[in-house]
Amino acid sequence: MQTNELLDTSPEFEARALDAMCVNESQLEHKWYHNIKYLLVGLGFGIIFVKAEIISWFRIQEMFRLQSFHMYGIIGSAVVVGMISVWLIKRFNIKTIYGEKIIIHPKEFNKGQIYGGLIFGLGWAITGACPGPLYAQIGSGATVIIITLLSAIAGTWVYGKFRSKLPH
Amino acid sequence: MFEFITQPWPWYVAGPLIGLTVPTLLIIGNKTFGISSSMRHVCAACIPGDIPFFKYDWKKEIWNLFFVLGVFFGGMIAMQLLANPNPVVVNPTLAKELATYGITDFQGLVPSQLFNWDSLLSLRGFIMIVFGGFLVGFGTRYAGGCTSGHAIMGLSALQWPSLIATCCFMLGGFLMANFILPLIMQL
Repeated sequence: MQTNELLDTSPEFEARALDAMCVNESQLEHKWYHNIKYLLVGLGFGIIFVKAEIISWFRIQEMFRLQSFHMYGIIGSAVVVGMISVWLIKRFNIKTIYGEKIIIHPKEFNKGQIYGGLIFGLGWAITGACPGPLYAQIGSGATVIIITLLSAIAGTWVYGKFRSKLPH
Repeated sequence: MFEFITQPWPWYVAGPLIGLTVPTLLIIGNKTFGISSSMRHVCAACIPGDIPFFKYDWKKEIWNLFFVLGVFFGGMIAMQLLANPNPVVVNPTLAKELATYGITDFQGLVPSQLFNWDSLLSLRGFIMIVFGGFLVGFGTRYAGGCTSGHAIMGLSALQWPSLIATCCFMLGGFLMANFILPLIMQL
């Protein structure tokens, strides 16, 4: 068992690091109920999504037609707040609630960000939802979006299957 | 006071709150904010096949599945308890354009005339629901993230690949919404 996840260069780590997902998880072993706090954060997130109409297909159409500032204001202010908080965390060496150092892994560039980004953008405009809003839309009662989500999972699976043949 | 909560929240309230998700997830467990990876974990957990991309210890990422489950419940709670009783206010130019495709019902957050179980059997509905969803899933994985992972988390951490990804998201969206979607919605 590796003692320092950061120095792990096993294929498993590489597979996870290529993605924009967490590769610097806590080294501590937690019982499953420690995950409830993530559910609660998600809960708040879902509420914001609905109340700010972020999950509204109409708002996304307006965004892509430059007919409304709303979504730009949301993403812009979210990024500003995110940037400031990351800076504060680094500046004051803020630790997690378990006392561990917070480390953010740099993202590596690959052409997938371009091709995949464009493809996702096309889909985003059609569905009016990126992955997060899909979950909230289903929760809010648009049950047919379950099919959208299943199609998205299928899309993820197909990517996984053919990724070695795709340009990166 | 309650009415203040039920009416649509403005961007300067919602945006900063969303931005706070970044430090919150970092501080409560060193987790980098991202949502599209949840679909990868579902694949790894349920249908990994022989595919190396899905052969990893997805159980380490289970926090993410709890998170999106929370998003689902949050959507439910907000709709059941805090719903806006009024129809969605839509930009007049957009409303006019949508009327030409027969979309006039702006009651819900998702246009019920486009997204409903019956429309799945129509070409337009099938494209918008299934094909659209497929592009989202395929594209986010190919890009290694969605608006949460790249546009918000990535930019917050000053990652320039995320800037590129975000620009491509927007470009794809602009192309679709302005040039292709009108054709699809006429089907």
